[in-house]
Amino acid sequence: MSKVHVSATVNGDPVEFLADPRDTLLDCLRDQLGLTGTKEGCGTGDCGACSVQLDGVLVCSCLVLGVEAEGKRVETVEGLSSGQDLHPLQRKFIEHAALQCGFCTPGILVAAKALLAQNPDPTETEVRYWLAGNLCRCTGYDKIIRAVMDAGAEMRGAN
Amino acid sequence: MPKDDLKTGYRLVGTRPNRPDGLDKVTGRARYGADISAPGMLHAAVVRSPHAHARIIRIDASKALALDGVKAVITRADFPTGLTGEDWNLQENTIAGDVALYDGHAVAAVAATSKLLAQDAAKLIEVEYEVLPHVIDVDAAMQPGAPVIRAGTADHSVPDGMHPNVVKYIDFGHGDLAAGFAAADLVRAQSYKTEATHQGYIEPHACLGQMGEDGKGEMWVCTQGQWYIRRMCSAVLGTDASQLRVTPSEIGGGFGGKTTIFMEPLALALSRKAGGRPVKLVMSRAEVLRATGPTASASMDVKLGMKADGTLTAASVNFRMQGGAFLGSSPVGEALSCALACYNIPAVHHEGYEVLANRPKAAAYRAPGSPMAAFAVESLLDEMCRELGLDPLAVRLKNAVHEGVKSSYGPTYNRIGLVETLQATMAHANLTVPLGPNQGRGVAAGFWFNHGGETSVSLAIGEDGTVTVSVGTPDIGGSRASLGMMTAETLGIAYEAVRVNIVETGALGVNEPTHGSRATFASGLAAVEAAKQAIAQMCARAAAEWGIEPEAVEWLDGAAVPAGPNAGKFPPMTIAEIGAKMGSTGGPISGHHEVTAGGFGASFGAHVVDVEVDPETGRTTVLRYLVVQDAGCAIHPAYVEGQYQGGAVQGIGWALNEEYVYGADGRLQNPVFLDYRIPVASDLPMIDTVIVEVPNPGHPYGVRGVGETGITPPLPALANAIAAATGARLRSLPMSPPKVLAAIKAKARG
Amino acid sequence: MRFHTPKTFENAVAIAAAASGQTRFLAGGTDVLVQLRAAMVLPDDLIDLKHIPGVKEITRTSDGGWRIGIAVSGAELGRHAGIGADYPGVVEGMQLVGSTQVQGRATLVGNLCNGSPAADSVPAMVAAGAWVSVIGPQGVRDVKVEDIPAGPGRTTLKAGELITGITLPPRGANAGDAYLRFIPRTEMDIAVVGVAVNLRLDGDRISEARVALGAVAPKILLVPAAAQAIIGTMLDDAALDDAALDALAAAAIAASTPISDKRGTAEFRKDIVGVLVKRAARIALDRAKGATK
Repeated sequence: MSKVHVSATVNGDPVEFLADPRDTLLDCLRDQLGLTGTKEGCGTGDCGACSVQLDGVLVCSCLVLGVEAEGKRVETVEGLSSGQDLHPLQRKFIEHAALQCGFCTPGILVAAKALLAQNPDPTETEVRYWLAGNLCRCTGYDKIIRAVMDAGAEMRGAN
Repeated sequence: MPKDDLKTGYRLVGTRPNRPDGLDKVTGRARYGADISAPGMLHAAVVRSPHAHARIIRIDASKALALDGVKAVITRADFPTGLTGEDWNLQENTIAGDVALYDGHAVAAVAATSKLLAQDAAKLIEVEYEVLPHVIDVDAAMQPGAPVIRAGTADHSVPDGMHPNVVKYIDFGHGDLAAGFAAADLVRAQSYKTEATHQGYIEPHACLGQMGEDGKGEMWVCTQGQWYIRRMCSAVLGTDASQLRVTPSEIGGGFGGKTTIFMEPLALALSRKAGGRPVKLVMSRAEVLRATGPTASASMDVKLGMKADGTLTAASVNFRMQGGAFLGSSPVGEALSCALACYNIPAVHHEGYEVLANRPKAAAYRAPGSPMAAFAVESLLDEMCRELGLDPLAVRLKNAVHEGVKSSYGPTYNRIGLVETLQATMAHANLTVPLGPNQGRGVAAGFWFNHGGETSVSLAIGEDGTVTVSVGTPDIGGSRASLGMMTAETLGIAYEAVRVNIVETGALGVNEPTHGSRATFASGLAAVEAAKQAIAQMCARAAAEWGIEPEAVEWLDGAAVPAGPNAGKFPPMTIAEIGAKMGSTGGPISGHHEVTAGGFGASFGAHVVDVEVDPETGRTTVLRYLVVQDAGCAIHPAYVEGQYQGGAVQGIGWALNEEYVYGADGRLQNPVFLDYRIPVASDLPMIDTVIVEVPNPGHPYGVRGVGETGITPPLPALANAIAAATGARLRSLPMSPPKVLAAIKAKARG
Repeated sequence: MRFHTPKTFENAVAIAAAASGQTRFLAGGTDVLVQLRAAMVLPDDLIDLKHIPGVKEITRTSDGGWRIGIAVSGAELGRHAGIGADYPGVVEGMQLVGSTQVQGRATLVGNLCNGSPAADSVPAMVAAGAWVSVIGPQGVRDVKVEDIPAGPGRTTLKAGELITGITLPPRGANAGDAYLRFIPRTEMDIAVVGVAVNLRLDGDRISEARVALGAVAPKILLVPAAAQAIIGTMLDDAALDDAALDALAAAAIAASTPISDKRGTAEFRKDIVGVLVKRAARIALDRAKGATK
């Protein structure tokens, strides 16, 4: 099967790769571009570990074909921090011990960033429902929810 | 950094510093099982049985091998014969021999130059099966006429006349059972069932293996225990353990499920057959659910005798558990030992049966056996408290075990904290929150032994006085932080001056995995002892420089100082000064500690849950949840709380919605997260925690393991809460809405 | 597998007509990619419809209804104030499909064409009286949404046909709709039962109603008998009277022919359809009376 040439922007950088039409965007990010921060937990859109933003929309990259990324902007966990400055969510996750094994963390950070961009002051219930598609098996979610809300508070204060 | 008001006298222990691996894990840099690639790497895919029980007649890989880019296909014929015992079990589970024993059992594997090509090739491998009768349910598997899974598996313990699927029998206890029941005012007996659940770690199993024809190999793998991987893979492949070097990746959750092998030898065997090219093998979620983990399913009878004031007089339990098609894979022994461990009962008797079924080989899952046992015992205890009009927490306190009591499973307890845990629970504000209509409150206690085990730690002083600690227990939830804190506390240096590395199998003596809640306990104990060795050496270096006896030097705040006025007047010699000069004062300074750690201390917990049940749909909503548990000493309280919260939520999932669902054909119906329903964020409230600290005398900082006990009480606590809310008693897990609604309707009918 | 990005529906039809093997159309991809991954489907030709102009648009029809493009995601539908005001039941049905991430991609037409009897967005579309425009080798036609599902995983669309848009009829006055589903968790599950009710008031009397049920039969059901149970009933003290609600539930239960499976028993589904249809009717009524949703 012949591969398709894809040009896209990932975390602000222009990239090109060759994708088998069957390859998911997740496969392309990890295997072609070496961006292994985005994780595969299920491959069926049920766990959220592969969350990325595609043209500003939060999606599961396992439910997007690599060839669909042509001409689009992709943002992954690797693009969250700018230079040496961590995103407030990243700092708050460390401070609140909001990760244990850390495997779901990249997807949750990407999803939480998308939430705070459109709802800077979410209630606990809103955070819980927004993140319902991001499974975490270690934490029981408690410290994750607190970290997201604390990051939101800090970001509001900074505005 | 605010210090928790839990203990005094420590500088670091009990504080909440950032974990050392936090930065890597929030930036996506941390490397997990599937995140590593190697030059010349091949990708593997596995062919799995679609049948629960089937004889393998023929495997034809010719079409797969004809594809360009396919480099190797392996079947059982590529593995050595003659293995026995658990080694044979491991090999048989890795790849089926004559018979596929469960839906998802591996029968062949292929390596090719791309992931898609390997998957395409796997589909071209033709396997002809003769489908055999199967059995899934543990009770059904014991019945006369049930399909025999493997005759002759039973060990000597099994009484005559049992079905050949019954492979182990356990019987123990103490006291006069008849007299105990005779002394009771109320005797009740009930039966309970729990379905198999999966550990549900979000990271699927993944490894990158390489092995040459000479049997020398390397492996990168997500595991709780790199030495276990080394030993088990070598046994299955017939190679020498020392020739395989295993490096643990970061691990995306394990909960016991990554303490053994499932597909790792396949990667090595494929590599060996493909001329030594590295082979990457990553499971799909469906493969994880069909062929790894899960825990056992159980069928249990419990009988309790109680006086009118709540005093327990006698208890007997009879448990049947299946852990798949292999002897020794069910935790029936642990379940029996945990069943009555919370209570001081004069007469106890335990009987257990391990039973084979056509299901995947069970792996450890967080306090293996204890949650099922607690569901049965703590549910019946609750029923009897209600019947007698007694406070369920007060009854638990009245019967609670304490130091000096002979445990139900034999040994006499040393200092333990169940009494303190129950007292803290009874004092908590959650117990005074008023409940509304259709709401109910449930309580339960729980227990886990904890574990020490084979442990080897090495510690080295750097040229600048900073410290490297090499440990063999993978960091599954913050143990780098707790180990670094204990090391820094002992050495009197900054937390940031210590780096804790999780090392490969060549770098230390054999370590057991991160299991049994042992990492912070056992690696911590060994790190402290290693630090003390290094301190002794550093004191000796200072003594030599000062020209005094080593005994005249002591270690204070990260420096050698004269032990008293008689030792002489010398300024403190800091660890940095000693490190800078060590090359000329006798050479590198390090400390080692190797031990099979005893002295581990049991951890007891009590949970309180409030639920609301929709009487028209049977759906349970968790309104609030409290975990109280004895940590011994919480080195890093935030990660202790995290263990409590995570354990509780896994238990909530087990109680309410998680289950293995099999079709009549013996195939697993729900091998996806869509239908294997682990709790999601919106299902839950915040999980309140109270850390009780009754120090474990067997650890220098008083640490008990904290990881496992927390999954035990939720199963009965939820059952007790649902009973309180609805009047309907559920004795079978999960308490999913159809079952709860049926129970509500049955109760309404009388 | 060949990947196509046609710029017109006619071109998409031509590609499908020229294909010799298996063909799949791709919009949100949240079902197709899962099937691809599970090796349930390996199409020879995958035709991405998102490059066709207008597929991401929601427009007013000349008579005051709504036309929804086939690539409008659940999240985009949820942000559309006009449809949310007219058909909150349709929007809430679609928004129950999957996670936030899935909402970024999943579409009404995809949910319909997947053919699941448990599709969350379909009962409310059926209750709303929505129809789809279909294009194929034989030209174009309009089809009522309830006529698209043919059974689990199957539709009545003919080979080479595809949907070009969904139309919701003009809302009119004093009307309301609602969709409720039952799942064991709070999110991320497939509906065990889904119920949509759409009704209109004439004074204090229900003058029109449509009731649609999901996951209780091989395909999503429109149940006229359930609608008849409440049409013409009076409001008793500003609520539906108990007798009407009981008749509604009985009709819904009677129409249901559920199976027992990993998601629930047949008995449970019958119980729940009766419970949910009453609850959904109350919400639809409140909305018809102008209560804020």
